[in-house]
Amino acid sequence: MTLSACSPLLELRDITKRYGELVANDAINLTVHAGETHAILGENGAGKSTLMKIIFGVHQPDQGEILWQGKPIPITNPAKARDLGISMVFQHFSLFETISVVENISLTIPAPLPNLAKRILAKSKAFGLPVNPQASVHSLSVGERQRVEIIRCLLQEPKLMILDEPTSVLPPPAVDRLFTTLRNLSAHGIAILYISHKLEEIRALCDRATVLRGGVVTGTANPTKTSAKDLATLMIGRNIPQVTHRKSRTDGTPQLTLKRLNYHDPNLNIMGLKDISLTVQTGEIVGVAGVSGNGQLTLARLISGEDVLSRNQANSIRMQGEPVGHLPPDARRKRGLSFVPEDRLGRGTVPSMSISNNGLLTGHRLGIVKRGMIRRHKRDTFAQDCIKAMNVQTPNEQAKVASLSGGNLQKFIIAREMALKPQLLVVSQPTWGIDVGAAALVRQRLIDLRDNGTAILIISEELEELFEISDRLTVMYNGQLSIPMFTRDTTFEQIGQMMMGQLPTFMETAE
Amino acid sequence: MIPYEFIPRTQPSAQALAIVPVLTVALSMLCGTALFFILGKPAGVAFYAFFIEPFLTSYNLSEIAIKAAPLILIAQGLAIGFRARIWNIGAEGQLTIGAICAGLIPITWPQSENILMLPAMIFVGTVMGMSWAAIAAWLRTAFNASEIIVTLMLNAIAIQILLYLINGPLKDPRGFSFPQSITFPEVALYPLLIKDSFLRANVSIYLVLALSLLAWIYVRHSFSGFRLLVGGLTPSAAHYAGFSAKRTVWISLLVGGAAAGLAGVGEISGPIGKLQPILSPAYGFAAIIVAFLGGLNPIGIVIAGFFMAVIYVGADGAVLQAGLPASAPIVFQGFILIFYLASHTLVNFKLRRIGETKEAT
Repeated sequence: MTLSACSPLLELRDITKRYGELVANDAINLTVHAGETHAILGENGAGKSTLMKIIFGVHQPDQGEILWQGKPIPITNPAKARDLGISMVFQHFSLFETISVVENISLTIPAPLPNLAKRILAKSKAFGLPVNPQASVHSLSVGERQRVEIIRCLLQEPKLMILDEPTSVLPPPAVDRLFTTLRNLSAHGIAILYISHKLEEIRALCDRATVLRGGVVTGTANPTKTSAKDLATLMIGRNIPQVTHRKSRTDGTPQLTLKRLNYHDPNLNIMGLKDISLTVQTGEIVGVAGVSGNGQLTLARLISGEDVLSRNQANSIRMQGEPVGHLPPDARRKRGLSFVPEDRLGRGTVPSMSISNNGLLTGHRLGIVKRGMIRRHKRDTFAQDCIKAMNVQTPNEQAKVASLSGGNLQKFIIAREMALKPQLLVVSQPTWGIDVGAAALVRQRLIDLRDNGTAILIISEELEELFEISDRLTVMYNGQLSIPMFTRDTTFEQIGQMMMGQLPTFMETAE
Repeated sequence: MIPYEFIPRTQPSAQALAIVPVLTVALSMLCGTALFFILGKPAGVAFYAFFIEPFLTSYNLSEIAIKAAPLILIAQGLAIGFRARIWNIGAEGQLTIGAICAGLIPITWPQSENILMLPAMIFVGTVMGMSWAAIAAWLRTAFNASEIIVTLMLNAIAIQILLYLINGPLKDPRGFSFPQSITFPEVALYPLLIKDSFLRANVSIYLVLALSLLAWIYVRHSFSGFRLLVGGLTPSAAHYAGFSAKRTVWISLLVGGAAAGLAGVGEISGPIGKLQPILSPAYGFAAIIVAFLGGLNPIGIVIAGFFMAVIYVGADGAVLQAGLPASAPIVFQGFILIFYLASHTLVNFKLRRIGETKEAT
């Protein structure tokens, strides 16, 4: 073996990055060898994303050096990183909404569009990531957008591939396929940096794990030989809180009733809904499982009132027995609806406004507005209460929400929507991309709210989560909804099969 | 090659936001003076006429108040809509319609001594300015017609209506065929600031300052103002929260129309005192510049309005004394707009030397 083959593909020496007072990365050392699958494990805010952005040239370190194939090389920008053979799938997607998939990819990989579309389809087939190159990005679900990102990465034939929380929105079979893909890449000598907080995934996939906490490396471990509990302790410095889930005590009052709900979206790229029926009762959690892009976005928008039905269809959505299908969002919120959307920044919150003003966004019903005027003190107190209730990490309530990490933003939105004391709470992707500790807290709060008599509908692509907290489960596929089953009467495998379209129990003729 | 490049900022810079108006005004003054120098006018004289003269005589100060009032008033109304990203370009037309309709009252009762006439004119002018803007609001909410185009075209229609009326039904029969209405009675006019003086400034400036305070309260403290701002910043979040997008359009245009209509009353019940072909030296357009120069902030708008009024008054003097062309004030307004837009780039971008990689921390 020659000397250069022995030297690592990538080596970080004492990398430090500061943002004002905050030290995001503190003297980080890391080595990655060709063909290695290396996990970066850590909670939100541990400095994983910052470190990856430094490797990808988005940020420059304040101290320390980066060695690529043994030679010190400053990676001044992403283009430089790509030239070296580093590619990255971001947690927050970098796609333009108004143009198509193939046009988006052509921005990083210049090639004639028809030719590129063919290459996309080839990759999409080879790695089991179905994508329509001609679809425009704004019509794609979060999960579909991620597939586009991964394919864009694969098209660059990289030496080192960085994946930031790649499986958060993939259904179990697709996760398996992705893992097969990644192992395949690894076998061809491509190194993978795999950022995640999902311990089981890391143990299944990775050769080595570097654990970060508060910007510092707290340990390096062989994940296959270390228990999940030990890894979690390294990661969060304490034991993971366990969610306690008692049997639901529903009194059978229907809070939300969907009856033969049909909807054809004017934008044909978005999945419509076919004959959907479902009831959510006081004091129960109903989970909607399914691969993204099967109509979940439309379902959530129709229940929230962001999309409305015509007056003569009003009866197909009822809240507390009353038809609401034709009513706008505020009328439904007045009837006790709270809603946590999957887009947290830009829909659930106004990015450029303070946490305090974002509390006002839907919290204005709680006596914060009097005779049309905002009572500033009450507004700030409300935001402080939300921050306290879910332990949101922020200097104070006047900070802009855009400065919050994904997990903290979600904790804030959930706290706000729960503070409204809803009769019916609809949550889309409650824990997507947030860390173990925060996710456990969110799930526990949802169960507590259920125990206080709220009807809860959860739309999620994380099957483990739905099994953990739902009382009843239904599967969405191709715009249809399966007959709900009691969670205890079903299995992971059965639901997983149904998510892929093998549906013995779909209600073609439900009445 | 210029060794600098623009780098997008991660967050808008508050510091740059404060510097923008100062930089805009400084660059406009510099370029204005330079341009007049190139035209062969002594630069010192032009600068003096533009920026010093207006402050030297009580007459000029009074003229500043007269011109500042409509500029500030209209800008306050427009800014509320602009914060919600509703672009009302039709203040000029709304001003004209407000003035015509309010003017019908003194024209109908020319001999009246009823002191309720001015309040009635204020009411009618405001409501009719609002109604003219409501056409655009309706077309936007019912058919999604661009309010920019509709308000802009309604300006032309309003002017034509005015010209028809003062050349026809409302023409002063004893006016030697001039296209203008009768001169309004005393009770149709705003009381002068200083009684029986030759200064034309009237109490409408107080009304404008009081309304500016109201605008400040609305923008900073009212929930309605908050909803409009959310609608402008992040429409999908406004929709999520249940804030009606249609209501945003209606409020934005109605407030702008009301302010412009009231400004129209200010002109006919103030310095003009009748209906005539030109009611406003393009206040409706200049107010757009005032609104942005003031940072869409009610206090900033008051300052920017006075500044713009100084330019109007200074330009009158400069045209007379330094012999500048009559288009000089419009050129100057153009400078302000261009430099505002150019320097506003710094809010979202920063200037960096090419080749410099390390960011200052």
